[in-house]
Amino acid sequence: MNALSPSTPLLRVEGLEQSFGGVMALAGVSFQLDEGVIQAVIGPNGAGKTTLFNALCGFYRPSAGSIRFAGQELRGLPPYRIAAHGIARTFQNLQLFFNMTVIENVMVGCHLRARTRWLAAALRLPQVRREERQLRQWAREALTLCDLADWAEQSAGALPYGLMKRVEIARALAARPRLLLLDEPAAGLNDTETLALRELIARIRASGVTVLLVEHHMPLVMGVSDRLLVLDYGSVLAEGAPAEIQADPRVIAAYLGGAVHYAV
Amino acid sequence: MRLAGFYGFAALVVLLPLLFPNDYFVIVVGASAGLHAILAVGLNLLVGYAGQISLGHAAFFGMGAYASAILTTRFGWPGLLALLAGLLVAGLLAWLLARPILRLRGHYLAMATLGFGVIVHVILVQATDWTGGPDGLSGIPPLNLFGWTVEGDLQWYGVIAAAMLLAIWLSLNLVDSQIGRALRAVHGSEFAAQMMGIDTARAKTQVFVVSALFAAFAGSLFAHQQAFVSPDSFNLAVSVELVTMVVLGGIASTFGAACGAIALTLLRQGLVVFEDYEMLIHGALLMAVMIFLPQGLFVGLGQALRTGLRRCGLGRRRDRHRSLSTAGVQDPGSPP
Ligand SMILES: Nc1ncnc2c1ncn2[C@@H]1O[C@H](COP(=O)(O)OP(=O)(O)OP(=O)(O)O)[C@@H](O)[C@H]1O
Ligand SMILES: [Mg+2]
Repeated sequence: MNALSPSTPLLRVEGLEQSFGGVMALAGVSFQLDEGVIQAVIGPNGAGKTTLFNALCGFYRPSAGSIRFAGQELRGLPPYRIAAHGIARTFQNLQLFFNMTVIENVMVGCHLRARTRWLAAALRLPQVRREERQLRQWAREALTLCDLADWAEQSAGALPYGLMKRVEIARALAARPRLLLLDEPAAGLNDTETLALRELIARIRASGVTVLLVEHHMPLVMGVSDRLLVLDYGSVLAEGAPAEIQADPRVIAAYLGGAVHYAV
Repeated sequence: MRLAGFYGFAALVVLLPLLFPNDYFVIVVGASAGLHAILAVGLNLLVGYAGQISLGHAAFFGMGAYASAILTTRFGWPGLLALLAGLLVAGLLAWLLARPILRLRGHYLAMATLGFGVIVHVILVQATDWTGGPDGLSGIPPLNLFGWTVEGDLQWYGVIAAAMLLAIWLSLNLVDSQIGRALRAVHGSEFAAQMMGIDTARAKTQVFVVSALFAAFAGSLFAHQQAFVSPDSFNLAVSVELVTMVVLGGIASTFGAACGAIALTLLRQGLVVFEDYEMLIHGALLMAVMIFLPQGLFVGLGQALRTGLRRCGLGRRRDRHRSLSTAGVQDPGSPP
């Protein structure tokens, strides 16, 4: 990975556009993200937050704009190549592998570091055994970081919802990303779990991973983020430190217009 | 131990002919069951693990069989060389077909593979000059393995049993590696799989080719064992039966697929005594299994057994590779 000079942001998005039929889900979104920060993306339902994530990850082909990550253009690449550049994510609607155990889910997360080929795997050559042990070890580390070690051998589908969301984070971390995208990680969590999540996100940042966080839970957002990006109708409404955003009349108006009131 | 079940199964396969050396049911039907087990184990990699349906798998079975039949009878090739050529042809065709066809999902994929199977069958019937048409090709010489000519039912039982154990061993190894996990990831959530760095289109292509290779391998053995091939052995009904075997035994379980194949082959033979009612009983049994043991006969019974043991305070809690294909699948529509 190439080192960035202190002034270059890790991610620079410019003029990103994505439309579905008549709906401009992203109408020229521009922002940048410095390495090592936690930046939240907030905005009313339907603002385009998930669409932004899907566009960043290559699930959509944005019609215009650029996505520069660590100095390289990512727009137009398929998701598996974007992952190889060091971006991992979780999903708003769980995308766990319910047909596997927890640790197997996380071992899939290590895929970018796996080297096994078909023939070697079919014959179970010694290097495959070694790799199995190594992947298991890496997966255990990610599980431990997320306090999931005790659940390793459980079937992913048998976990309580809060833990499933945590497994998605562990799986994403197992890819050793430079940038982690979290799409509403607190949705459906109770207060204790949300508190633990907040602590986990801080821990992730401390391990050197940059975090982009889509979240509606305002206490979490305000407590954990260094910067905020506010989207509304597919455009950037405001961008700044939490205190600035809280005082921004446009943001207040956008939120008061909707049904959502946040105890900030 | 990882392969404990495998060794147990292998011991059984070796023991059976020693106990019943002259039993038609064990030796002849057993060999047929073994061939079907190879087919089912290969198809299970595609259907059970990667979650992609194929209703045209008999086509690859037929390609292996006809490659061996044509090359040995018309061109006098040695059997092993013809077998390799069959693998090459089936693998190549699967590879060419995989990208366009595996872009499809669900019913569309089912229809496309079904269409492919029908086309191959029609070619086998129509290309009379090469395939002998509906009458098929006879006079296929016995298989010669490094100087040993395979002759007689018992020897064929041995060869097919060895081939089946090899297929099962390869499949168990594949599944229990990052390759196998990537396949199951494609099944579980294609979006998440891609986000973990898996080139899902490539993974699907590879597993399609590998399952075609298993089928062509079984086809070549089949041609030599029967000394005769005809298109009827590779029609749509056979493709459907192969999928049934995978589903019946328990999807995403190598032993499940093998046992499903063996059970169905034995069942059909056993039902022959009921003559007219054979298909009726056959169908009713299949429906009963799917209703009462939706994870498949062997996986379902295995799980029930484990649950029972656990209730009695015995047994281990680990359920590796237990996977409910239907529960693991997510809507592959628009991105999450
Ligand atoms: N695949 C799609 N096809 C058509 N329209 C879509 C698609 N994905 C999103 N949209 C539309 O784009 C807009 C933005 O949706 P998006 O899911 O990005 O919102 P969001 O900010 O994530 O909302 P929420 O907070 O509810 O998750 C919405 O109007 C939505 O209906
Ligand atoms: Mg969303």
